[in-house]
Amino acid sequence: MLAKKTLLGVLCALMNDGAFDFTAYPHRHLLGIEGLSPVALSLILDRADSFVELNRRHENKLSTLTGRTVMNLFFEDSTRTRTSFELAGKRLGADVINMSVSTSSIKKGETVVDTAMTLNAMHPDVLVVRHSDAGAVKLLAEKVNCAVINAGDGRHEHPTQALLDALTIRRRKGRIEGLQVAICGDILHSRVARSNIHLLNAMGARVRLIAPKTLIPADVERLGVEVFYEMEAGLKDCDIVMMLRLQTERMHGSFFPSVREYFHFFGLDYEKLEKAKPDALIMHPGPMNRGVEIASDVADDIGRSAIREQVEMGVAVRMACLEVLCANLGIEGV
Amino acid sequence: MGTKPTPTENAKEVLGRSAFVNARLLDPATGLDAMGGVLTDGEVISDFGPQMFTDSVPEDAKVIDCKGKCLAPGLVDMRIAMSGSDFTTTGKAAVAGGITTAVCLPNTNPVIDDGSVVEFVARAARKAGLVKVYPYGAITKGLEGVEISEMGLLAEFGAVAFSDGNTAIRDAQTMRQVLLYASTFGLMIMEHPEDPSLAKGGAMNEGETATRLGLPAIPKLAEVLIIERDLRLARDTGGRLHFSHVSTKESIEAIRQAKMDGMSVTCDTAPPYFSLNEGAIGDYRTFAKLSPPLRSEEDRVAVIEGIKDGTIDAIASDHTPRHEDEKRLPFAQAATGGVGMETLLAITLELVHNGHISLIEALSMVSSGPADLLGLNAGRLKKGAPADLVLFDVDKGWKVDGDQLHSKAKNTPFDERPVQGRVLRTVIDGRTVFELNS
Repeated sequence: MLAKKTLLGVLCALMNDGAFDFTAYPHRHLLGIEGLSPVALSLILDRADSFVELNRRHENKLSTLTGRTVMNLFFEDSTRTRTSFELAGKRLGADVINMSVSTSSIKKGETVVDTAMTLNAMHPDVLVVRHSDAGAVKLLAEKVNCAVINAGDGRHEHPTQALLDALTIRRRKGRIEGLQVAICGDILHSRVARSNIHLLNAMGARVRLIAPKTLIPADVERLGVEVFYEMEAGLKDCDIVMMLRLQTERMHGSFFPSVREYFHFFGLDYEKLEKAKPDALIMHPGPMNRGVEIASDVADDIGRSAIREQVEMGVAVRMACLEVLCANLGIEGV
Repeated sequence: MGTKPTPTENAKEVLGRSAFVNARLLDPATGLDAMGGVLTDGEVISDFGPQMFTDSVPEDAKVIDCKGKCLAPGLVDMRIAMSGSDFTTTGKAAVAGGITTAVCLPNTNPVIDDGSVVEFVARAARKAGLVKVYPYGAITKGLEGVEISEMGLLAEFGAVAFSDGNTAIRDAQTMRQVLLYASTFGLMIMEHPEDPSLAKGGAMNEGETATRLGLPAIPKLAEVLIIERDLRLARDTGGRLHFSHVSTKESIEAIRQAKMDGMSVTCDTAPPYFSLNEGAIGDYRTFAKLSPPLRSEEDRVAVIEGIKDGTIDAIASDHTPRHEDEKRLPFAQAATGGVGMETLLAITLELVHNGHISLIEALSMVSSGPADLLGLNAGRLKKGAPADLVLFDVDKGWKVDGDQLHSKAKNTPFDERPVQGRVLRTVIDGRTVFELNS
């Protein structure tokens, strides 16, 4: 069934002048990775892959989304993700508008739902939303007519980050299935970790989590992961090492005693990295805290670190997401 | 559906006698379950029993044919929160749920930490002429957990027991003093068992669902921790302790053990904790955000066990009305609580329909049980007692519909749930205050 669907996609692609079978992604929004099928995920990854070369060219503007409006709505500060979406929209020919909802205006009493209704009245085609509360993007999506992309909601999900990580892995390793991936650090507060767990599991990788017990969420094993509390054991024979940023801004209370101690036990340096496979790929969603979760020399190791490449894949993945959702706009039942 | 509020101002009319005939008579206090009838005279029950009215009905009595349906003492709901001071809306919701007596939490505005507020609550409820409302007094002034309120005086004014609403007494020394002082006067302390530091910032029960949803969580440990602390303190002080809405397996085990040790401790739970689990939150349904939070399936089953073996003494609705604006928010920001008076009977009857307890046992959990706990003259059929009655169809199926509720707030965690057991008529002090329109 799966093979048939992919074959159909290829046929459609051939017949339709390089177009993809967008019905493989039968959803109006992209709110999270959980629940998406491998076929849907592959569609986005395949499509994104085709944008990578284009993005490297001097003439890289398309007209696929001419006449479409993409609104970036960030309730939480962001530079990288917002810029990445902005660039993705513009490369496809869409009009992109950035709305920064400062924390002060939320404190003035406007709710997510009010903001959603206001923006909906302006008829955007895609809303790209980030919010500090889990579920807030879904709540907003229920109140609008356009497509919504979750650009991060609390500690819940950050689907485009997981997709760009997957694309990076796929291009470097040629596959995702069967790889041993270690996600290390502040799992508790990380939406990146949650989205990656769902995506990597869906695509057949094996996922390990490594962190002190205070940064591991309850019953996380039930998401299909192996949990380690020691870097050396957890990194053993891994193909991919994903480091997470310590999200001190989300920490209320005492999760670890000091940065020095954290780095000593859970920071990635060459000594700990030795336990992983010799060709293990190092990843980080950024922004990095050098000397906190990752040693500078490891982060800058051109041969092993894919950190800059992740940023590049980010634009391609977001182009694919915008294109797929716009293709589905107005289709009944999607 | 509709209510028939009887303005007490015009209540000078002669009530006369009413004969409730052809009823399945249920009295949880005595275990009576037989076909029979009730005769009311004015505001009180003048006679009742099996085989009543089989030969004749007093000529001057108004006859109400119960058509074989269940006639029982009106329900006693030992835990509701008032929304503002709108006793009419609250009253309508209560009587539509068959509740004739309710006890309200002190976390009103102003807080019930002063005798005048106790009197106001009682008077406002009487004026609305619907459900009888008794207040809890605040344990500490302003519910701040620091200074003990005038519990002795509040009790004289009519506070039936003491509670700090949905906050536990954080400080062990304060709790010790509270128990010691209350035991001087034989007053009951009702604790909301949730350690504030463990619950801080939490939006739901800790576990797989919270991890998946990325929501900050409250470990279930927060409940048993306070229960064990308070039990320890009460062993020392001899105070009369009650735990409200217990929801975890470990809590129930701790209370069961304390009861076996002979301590005078009691507890209640609320319908969500034996009929729902954390799965009801689904995709961030804020109507399922409660305090304490909905727990795991294992806990839900343990609550049922606690009801079956008598560890849990009563079921309260935990009625907490919330405005739409307090619920239509991202989950972590949304207010806790659900309305529950209109579903109290039907959800409690699920325990009967599912074969866990008998009908008499279920009724005692929501009438004579809580009435006895609080020393209220309610919840039983007795000659000379107030004629507070509920007539219900134990089998009638219906579907909970938030929009159809009588309460102004529609935040029910049971929306769209098919249930069995429907209130047909509610009588308070001999007057019919609710009748289900067919």
